[in-house]
Amino acid sequence: MIKVEDVHKSFGDEEILKGITTEFDKGKTNLIIGQSGSGKTVLLKCLLGLFRPEQGRIYYEDKAIQDMDDEEQRKLREEIGMLFQGGALFDSMNIEENVMFPLRMFTKQKKADMLERVNEVLKRVNLENVNKKFPAEISGGMQKRVSIARAIVNKPKFLFCDEPNSGLDPKTATLIDTLIQEITHEYDITTVVVTHDMNSVMEIGEKVVLLKHGKLVWQGTNQEIFKTDNEDVTNFVYSSDLFKKIRDVQLKEG
Amino acid sequence: MKYLQDIGSYFLMLKRVFGSFTKTSVLRHLIFKEINDLIISSLGIVAFISFFVGGVVAIQTALNMDNPLIPKSLIGFATRQSVVLEFAPTFISIIMAGKVGSFITSSIGSMRVTEQIDALEVMGINSLNYLVFPKIVALMFYPFVIVFSMFLGIMGGWVAGVYGGFASSSDFIAGLQEDFIPYHLFYAFFKTFVFSFILATVPSWQGYYMKGGALEVGKASTNSFVWTSVLIIAANYIITQLLLSA
Repeated sequence: MIKVEDVHKSFGDEEILKGITTEFDKGKTNLIIGQSGSGKTVLLKCLLGLFRPEQGRIYYEDKAIQDMDDEEQRKLREEIGMLFQGGALFDSMNIEENVMFPLRMFTKQKKADMLERVNEVLKRVNLENVNKKFPAEISGGMQKRVSIARAIVNKPKFLFCDEPNSGLDPKTATLIDTLIQEITHEYDITTVVVTHDMNSVMEIGEKVVLLKHGKLVWQGTNQEIFKTDNEDVTNFVYSSDLFKKIRDVQLKEG
Repeated sequence: MKYLQDIGSYFLMLKRVFGSFTKTSVLRHLIFKEINDLIISSLGIVAFISFFVGGVVAIQTALNMDNPLIPKSLIGFATRQSVVLEFAPTFISIIMAGKVGSFITSSIGSMRVTEQIDALEVMGINSLNYLVFPKIVALMFYPFVIVFSMFLGIMGGWVAGVYGGFASSSDFIAGLQEDFIPYHLFYAFFKTFVFSFILATVPSWQGYYMKGGALEVGKASTNSFVWTSVLIIAANYIITQLLLSA
């Protein structure tokens, strides 16, 4: 579990996060949603420790990241898997080396054991016979799956995903979303996904946190999101033509 | 004010490069890779330039010797002095600022743009140590490139001098041995070490702290070449003043 308590973050005079307080539950896919510029990515980077909040605390299983010394923070990061928007695979390494990277850095396993684990996670993300290919030689969807494989290879406790299905066709995007949810349940990890894609909210939003202008304006489940009267939620959800039409049909049908 | 900030961030970068080391086995692999990318792959261009510039130095010296009282051995002497003191350490370093410097900036800059550096940081890896330290170690082998350049530069001078009919082989070799001061080699290699550090760290700084997209990677590479060259020239002047004119 990750607990966020009154987190404030500014860049220069501009306050990006204005006192965020929430919890991200273990074994669930927790979604941070909001329009561009709402502070989603800044919150994610604060959670990851890449940005230091000026005020507030972030707890990883009851221990505040601010109270951790360098060694504790380094250890914590070994327990974190991250799926970046563009995949962030290392261009100079082939797929096998990319996925093996966290094992090489943080474990003392033999190469054969590492290779076995790499093949296991590649199989888990439905990728086989790509070990010797380079990131530039595979599609965007495959790169995302390799990135997921790299994120989970060292059995993390926390998985973070930054816009995991951006730039993907709807079918592949659904596959990636489903994969993230399956892995979250399978490994019983705390997953935090930043997205502005309503399809993702519908498919995997077991807990949804809506940000607007750096403030948390609503939180609940993907089932509750269509029942709430919260104006910020309805503005966000029905900014999509598809969802507007769904609402109109629902209204017509009473 | 911005220059002061940049200088500050350069030194803070150096501090982080030497803190929190990457796993030794991984680092060893990275160092060998950088030696191949930065040193071995530069030998071809260094050999080509050194040989022909050495030849040109010999021809220019020969063509400017109007007085018949000046011995032909001067061609060998002038070639040796030019190549050992300035051409090999400084001129080749400027070439390397273009070749190796822009390679370092663009490779690190591309990693920045595509979030690969963020990926390293999220994993708890000191990305500066992982990316820059192996380059600094690899470029400690740079003096070997300069030895190679010195040898080929003098060889080029000998070929141009002897086969161009400007001096006999024995005159040229006598010139090479004339008034040889070993301290000049110390001076040449001392500045080579300083240049190698500049070559590894300034382009790394440019790439690591760049912001933006692909266009900015190109701009950072150009800036990298300009600033690395400026610093090499400035360091050359200071070292020469300190070591030779004292």
